[in-house]
Amino acid sequence: MSAVVKARGLGKQYRRRWALQDCSLEIPVGRVTGLVGPNGAGKTTLLSLMVGLLTPTVGTIEVCGGRPAADSSQLAKVGFVAQDTPTYAGLTVAEHLRLGAHLNPRWDATAARRRIDRLDLDPRQKAGHLSGGQRAQLALTLGLAKRPELLILDEPVASLDPLARREFLKVLMEAVAEDEISVLLSSHVVSDLERVCDHVVVLVDSQVRVAGDVEQLLGTHHRLSGPLREPAALPADQHVVWASHTDRQSTYVVRTESPILDPAWSVTALGLEDLVLAYMEGAASVAPASPALEVLR
Amino acid sequence: MIWLTWRQCRTQFIAVYGLVAATCVWLAVTGPALARLARRNQDVYDLLTSNDRLLFNGGIAVLAVAPAVIGIFWGAPLVARELETGTYRLAWNQSVTRGRWLAAKLGFSVLATAVAVGILTTAITWWAHPLDGATGGQHGSLASRLTPISFAMRGIVPVAYAVFALLLGTLIGLILRRSVPAMALALAIYVFVQIAVPLWVRPHLLPPTTTTSVISHATLDGVGIDESGTITITTHVARGDWILSNQTVNAQGRPTALPSWFSACLPPPPDPGQAGNRAVVGRGSGSLDACLARLTDEGYRQRVVYQPHHHFWPLQWAETGLYLTASALLAGLSFWWTRRRLS
Repeated sequence: MSAVVKARGLGKQYRRRWALQDCSLEIPVGRVTGLVGPNGAGKTTLLSLMVGLLTPTVGTIEVCGGRPAADSSQLAKVGFVAQDTPTYAGLTVAEHLRLGAHLNPRWDATAARRRIDRLDLDPRQKAGHLSGGQRAQLALTLGLAKRPELLILDEPVASLDPLARREFLKVLMEAVAEDEISVLLSSHVVSDLERVCDHVVVLVDSQVRVAGDVEQLLGTHHRLSGPLREPAALPADQHVVWASHTDRQSTYVVRTESPILDPAWSVTALGLEDLVLAYMEGAASVAPASPALEVLR
Repeated sequence: MIWLTWRQCRTQFIAVYGLVAATCVWLAVTGPALARLARRNQDVYDLLTSNDRLLFNGGIAVLAVAPAVIGIFWGAPLVARELETGTYRLAWNQSVTRGRWLAAKLGFSVLATAVAVGILTTAITWWAHPLDGATGGQHGSLASRLTPISFAMRGIVPVAYAVFALLLGTLIGLILRRSVPAMALALAIYVFVQIAVPLWVRPHLLPPTTTTSVISHATLDGVGIDESGTITITTHVARGDWILSNQTVNAQGRPTALPSWFSACLPPPPDPGQAGNRAVVGRGSGSLDACLARLTDEGYRQRVVYQPHHHFWPLQWAETGLYLTASALLAGLSFWWTRRRLS
């Protein structure tokens, strides 16, 4: 698997606070990758490091084979739709396209124009008067018409209503299918990503909890529920991701390559959202005698 | 990048050039009348109505602030607005590096501001030329072009002021990331610099001329008494010179107060309430002549330190150089800050 993003020991410090610490990850090329994590996990910092808006305090990061924002050819390779999809309020939609055409050597003017037409955006409308969904679409259009190798989107749908979310993601997916670019989008709402991502990276406290192909992850994770049982009593090839115990019952989320044979368990499949949540909560619940375990009891 | 910069600065550009054009029209209309007036009479000041004087001084006031206003209102939001609204994240992810982005913004703005202020200053210099330093027989005079206020509005320094104000506003906007506080702080710093330079820097940009002369009726210009009763005298200098100090020195060449007996030489002030005003000493007052002779005998001399009027252009160039050097420094810092600190 070749990687479009490679980070090693990446850290970013603001004054005294570390926004991201010792983060290592790879984003596969040619895929739609979802970066998921709770608020404050360092997603925005990580994405900003990838596009060169920030420079790392420690560690290295390589995007499309180069240092982020090193020069204009590097900038041309990476498209970025920033959080809250900023646009120039005083510029019209058409002027935004003109801006893109002036500032990007690989600009695809016809595609941009076609996309604006299809979205029913009035080219003479000022961006400041667009709805949140339309603005996000405009920002996405700018990002796509640049024809980058990698398109990064930071919480693109966070502020959109459900209908606009669906529309936005649909447009994104169509574009990806046409252009065969790599996409990395972050969200703290997993259900958004479930429809569009084929690869997922879960980031908690700067650390990658799990990363992998969505189908593969769903195929190897199971929820087991049955009589109370200690984690140590589970087969060695069942890696515990999350656990919850009551007086009589245990529920585990485990990762395993082999089938679950124990008849005591009732086995259910996991959705992506459950899987991601299990990893987000996991660290606390699995640790023996942890406060989380106490609370659950 | 040039198109985007133009599109973003269009409003300021139109506003500034509109004002400049309006001012030029006003100056062009009133200018010839002033010139005719000046040709007709050496004492043009006496011919001016109080309205004219108000216009002249009001014009000075408005135009003294023009470089600052143009520079700061243009400069402070230049980058700060992008940081405020988050649009820098859009701009910096087009295929143009931050350095080039800032270079285009600054280049266009500096050029536009410099040309606007240049036009304005040329127009003012042309308009005020017949009036500069115009004196009247008894009623006072208008400022000559080397006095601090007029100096700041003539020649080429206003262009340097505007460029300085623009780059100062840009840098502070970059650091504060907020337009309005940046404008306020930049204005405060600019005003401080504008006061500090004529007070402490400009007099020393070129070595001033010092003359020491005998105090006599021919050289005496005025005698002043302040509230505490201390008497000071001033001597004549050529019209248009910029006096840095005009003080009496004793036989050892040290600045000194006038001897106490000198107060007896003066006629009683016309109105005690006007102490502190300068009493104009009429010629031919016999006792004063004797007193002046006695001052000379006792070794008192008047020392005048001044920038002669022909230093106008050398001082203009020197101060322009000073401000442009500071501007270059500010621009360098802005680039450094954009590349390193905003990441």
